[in-house]
Amino acid sequence: MESPAPASRVPAIEVARLSTRFGTSLVHEEVNLTVYRGETFALAGGNGSGKSTLLREIIMLQRPAAGGIRLFGQDTASLGDAERDALLRRCGVMFQYGALFSSLTVAENISVPLREHTRLGKDLVREIAEIKIALVDLPAESADKYPNELSGGMRKRAAMARAIALDPEILFLDEPSAGLDPVSAEGIDDLILRLGKLLGLTVFMVTHDLDSLWRVTDRVAVLGNGRILGIGTMEELSRMENPLIQPYFHGPRGRAAGEQTWKRK
Amino acid sequence: MNGPKDADLRVEDDGTLRASGAWKLERLEALEKRLSALPRPGAPGRVLDAGGIEAMDTAGVWLLLRSLRQLEQDGTHVEIRGLRPEFAEIARMVSAGRTGVAPGIARPAPGWMERIGRRTENALQGGFGALSFIGENTAVLLRSLAKPGRIRWRSFLSNLQTGGFHALPITGLLSFLMGIVIAYQAAEQLRAFGANIFIVDLIGVSVLREIAPLVTAIIVAGRSGSAYTAEIGTMKVTEEVDALRTLGISPSETLVLPKLLALVVALPMLTVYADLMGVFGGMIMALTRLDVSFIEFADRFRDAVAVKHYLIGIGKAPVFAVIIALVGCYQGFQVRGGADAVGRHSTISVVQSIFFVIVTDAFFSVVLSWAGL
Repeated sequence: MESPAPASRVPAIEVARLSTRFGTSLVHEEVNLTVYRGETFALAGGNGSGKSTLLREIIMLQRPAAGGIRLFGQDTASLGDAERDALLRRCGVMFQYGALFSSLTVAENISVPLREHTRLGKDLVREIAEIKIALVDLPAESADKYPNELSGGMRKRAAMARAIALDPEILFLDEPSAGLDPVSAEGIDDLILRLGKLLGLTVFMVTHDLDSLWRVTDRVAVLGNGRILGIGTMEELSRMENPLIQPYFHGPRGRAAGEQTWKRK
Repeated sequence: MNGPKDADLRVEDDGTLRASGAWKLERLEALEKRLSALPRPGAPGRVLDAGGIEAMDTAGVWLLLRSLRQLEQDGTHVEIRGLRPEFAEIARMVSAGRTGVAPGIARPAPGWMERIGRRTENALQGGFGALSFIGENTAVLLRSLAKPGRIRWRSFLSNLQTGGFHALPITGLLSFLMGIVIAYQAAEQLRAFGANIFIVDLIGVSVLREIAPLVTAIIVAGRSGSAYTAEIGTMKVTEEVDALRTLGISPSETLVLPKLLALVVALPMLTVYADLMGVFGGMIMALTRLDVSFIEFADRFRDAVAVKHYLIGIGKAPVFAVIIALVGCYQGFQVRGGADAVGRHSTISVVQSIFFVIVTDAFFSVVLSWAGL
């Protein structure tokens, strides 16, 4: 099923035979997944298919019932606290609702990881925060605003700025364009593309936004019924016969998103 | 740690600047401290050899650009050579972003006149808000009493359980301990005068009239008052309160009234239990320190402690309940913003409700003594 990967590609995330249970209900069953460095990978699937849970397991917020996850080749289950922190430092995470600290301004939010993990001077930290704000296309004035003074789209950008504060190697995005108007969603897509290319990031995103899937991803895995139903580029997936994947791509929304991409190409 | 070397920038003998190492966030600390001490002879033209830079991220790029800008300001033009194209790309993006960034503007600190004015306005608005909150809820209460079917009985019962029944152990224990403490302190004095039996009067009146209602109210303010604030405050933050309003459901009716009624019922009952436990604590101390047996204690209790003390104690409880419920809910509705506001208002809620409970208690004492009770 998986499209053959060139031997030169280095895996960044490896998920092997992973199972997750909530009480008696099985969320994941023997899920296998490899994300390579430098690629933009998306996890798609319907609501409740366990996409976000898988993301949480990879970033060590939650433990799977069985199976292993390797980040940069290190088994996440057997790490000590210090190793775990060192590994997480190489990851940037943007949560679905931003999870910005409401008592801090945007610039302070971005400075939190910088202050925590480096001993750089106050001015330099502030300047780096301002660079990140500019990188995510937020207006400079938003630096001194509090999260509840920002619109939804701006909050997502601010969350993205905090996620890239430490110049991570992998950027995890949970539903980056959910709840945004089409223009803002497209702006976020552009941002992901640009940052991914510019900083050489590996991007792992959870989304069911078909437009984003077509536009920004290199490869996509579709999760459903606790399993990976298919992995590949969007074109490969759209040609798959699986009755569970088909409606995803050939429903009215799927067709529109796909056609648009063809036109653009 | 192995791997690339720390970021470094040094001046060669011929005046060339040489950058090397990994210009990455975690390797910048030493360099940043040293950069301010970098010698800056004002030579008009200089070369920066960036060929030795092995890795760069946005922070490293910025530090490099920043030092170059500083040199330019001092009149030294620097030409960069050998920077890898991928790093140059990051540099372009970073410097493009930086030009549009205004320096952080600190809001000017207000003068003392303005501060006094703002505080006064806030205090007045707070008082006005509290009054209109009381008014609104009184109206809802009267309407609901006219139509008892509208009261959320299920929510009332669950509040009765969490705010009342679940508070039994802690209220009982603390009241028992207070009984012991008071009896213990009194015992020494009374024995000196051979007035052992008067421990009964002392315990009976103080526990029934003051200690039990106060201890109960303070515990409930800490337990339930703060919980009300946190619950309603969180619902405010997540817009659940707004959702209720748009669905045509009055938040007063669903959130405030059941809590208010439940506490008005629960607090007197808790107070009775606290009465029992407090007096029991006193009895034990009377027996062990003053040799007053349980039988003697009970006999004397019937004669010496008038029913009015018991009734006054119980009578204060519903008033305290109203204070705790209203303050707790009001503070919940005052929450704006996020998690920190919920915490701040929970604190205010507990402090205010305990404050008002004690002030009201003092008020009761004065009024009742005027009335000769």
